[in-house]
Amino acid sequence: MDIILQLVLNGLAVGCIYGLVALGFVLIYKATELVNFAQGDLMMLGAFTCYMFIVWHGFGYWTAVALAVASVALFGALLDAAVLRRVLGQPQFAVVMLTIGLGAVFRSFASITWGSEIYTLPTPFSARATMVGGVSVSHEYVSIIVGTVLLCAVLYVFFTHTRIGVAMQAASQNQLAAYYMGIPVKLMFSLIWAISAGVAAIAGVLLAPVSLIDTNLGFIGLKAFAAAVLGGFGSIPGALVGGLTIGLIELYSGAYLPQGFKDVAAYVVLLLVLAVRPQGMFGAVGRKKV
Amino acid sequence: MPDALLKVENLETYYGPIVAIRGVSFAVPRGAIVTVLGANGAGKTTILKTVSGVMDPQKGTVTFQGREIQGLDPDKVTRLGLSHVPEGREVFPFLTVQENLRMGAYIREDADGVARDLEMVYEYFPVLRARAEQRAGQLSGGEQQMLSISRALMARPTMMLLDEPSLGLAPKLVKDIFDIVVRINRERDVTVLLVEQNANMALHIADYGYVLEVGRIVMEDTCARLLEKPDIKEFYLGIKDHGVRGTRRWKRKKMWR
Repeated sequence: MDIILQLVLNGLAVGCIYGLVALGFVLIYKATELVNFAQGDLMMLGAFTCYMFIVWHGFGYWTAVALAVASVALFGALLDAAVLRRVLGQPQFAVVMLTIGLGAVFRSFASITWGSEIYTLPTPFSARATMVGGVSVSHEYVSIIVGTVLLCAVLYVFFTHTRIGVAMQAASQNQLAAYYMGIPVKLMFSLIWAISAGVAAIAGVLLAPVSLIDTNLGFIGLKAFAAAVLGGFGSIPGALVGGLTIGLIELYSGAYLPQGFKDVAAYVVLLLVLAVRPQGMFGAVGRKKV
Repeated sequence: MPDALLKVENLETYYGPIVAIRGVSFAVPRGAIVTVLGANGAGKTTILKTVSGVMDPQKGTVTFQGREIQGLDPDKVTRLGLSHVPEGREVFPFLTVQENLRMGAYIREDADGVARDLEMVYEYFPVLRARAEQRAGQLSGGEQQMLSISRALMARPTMMLLDEPSLGLAPKLVKDIFDIVVRINRERDVTVLLVEQNANMALHIADYGYVLEVGRIVMEDTCARLLEKPDIKEFYLGIKDHGVRGTRRWKRKKMWR
């Protein structure tokens, strides 16, 4: 019984990370119809930048997190303005190759800048746990879940209750009409990139204490992509639910199935979903045009 | 026309290598309703898109309130007071009606004025008040057209570009919408450039009209006089004068060709 609860907690925490990265995929896809395969690598950059600010420059944890998220978000906006805006309207292949290539560039950049060793991010939650009803609740995992919930609440309020948030939705739904309303669409898209990159950076910072930081951290992006597809690419709640589902499946298959299943579980689920229900759990087929 | 609010001169716009409008010139005086008539593919929508900045002209100038605006981005043009109501409504399908209207006022900072104007458009189109919390994608075609016009009005424009507001609507609804366009013009002092296939309606509400064929303006006059011209009657209003030509219609040529 205890082991089951333990797995639920850990699975939810890992699932939150997948969900956050998947959220970044979905935000960018909904706005610009681009799939950004470098999303996981942005997460890696977030973790490294945070590590750098804490260990190299001696900032406190919270300051370092704020700086890391802000710099990765800014980087995302610049990436959109300088590179990705130019491929809008080009064939999807070009875009996919471009973002995969960018991911590789980011990984090289990270290993040149920070080295290819494995780092531990010191946080206020590290290596602490509380026993709750026979379950050892690690503060690191709790911080992931709480951080995700708070972030989602903030994003929800931002996108539905602020003028600029609604304008971003408008620009995603009908770009031409948004122009006619005087909404600066290009700026909105850059902001969406900034938000996606910022969310990825937060995911990286939350994940770092439990998974260690190395340049291959970004490959989690592939599992998050599976989560986004599972949720129905283009649905924000779908991305989060998909992430949680993949996280739980992964942890349970790691515990109860033979060695090796843990790593392929996400992709098995992805294949099953594509075969049985291609539009995903929160399918959005044909929703864009009304 | 010295006091023209909008002046278009020698405008040429291409879709790739294909020329869509070839050297079009016209003017819209302040406070007027001016219409551009033409068949499918004549270039009506292209003219509006070039004026509002979605397409850039190859040649020619667009002058709005004494300022050249050709080549500006469409969001900048909107900020100058020129609102475009696009063909096919183009509402934001997953935002509510009210959110759509508020997006129309995106460029404005005066919250009180926006609230007042929201009341104003609900007065023009009461059905929108009833649907305020519904997603715009769930509205009928006519309601979406009303929303599209209202949304443009929320920017408090000096001038509105209306692209085929009657497209796909029932005749009764067309009449209602045109009545509102006239009211907006009179009550809100909004200058209107109206592009239409429904020549009968357009000529009855507009002050001045241009006839566009294959990218060229072939005729212009006050609408009262245009309504009397035999070519307009026959080719745009579908009224035949029997006796003069009757069954020998194929021998008639459009005068301007």
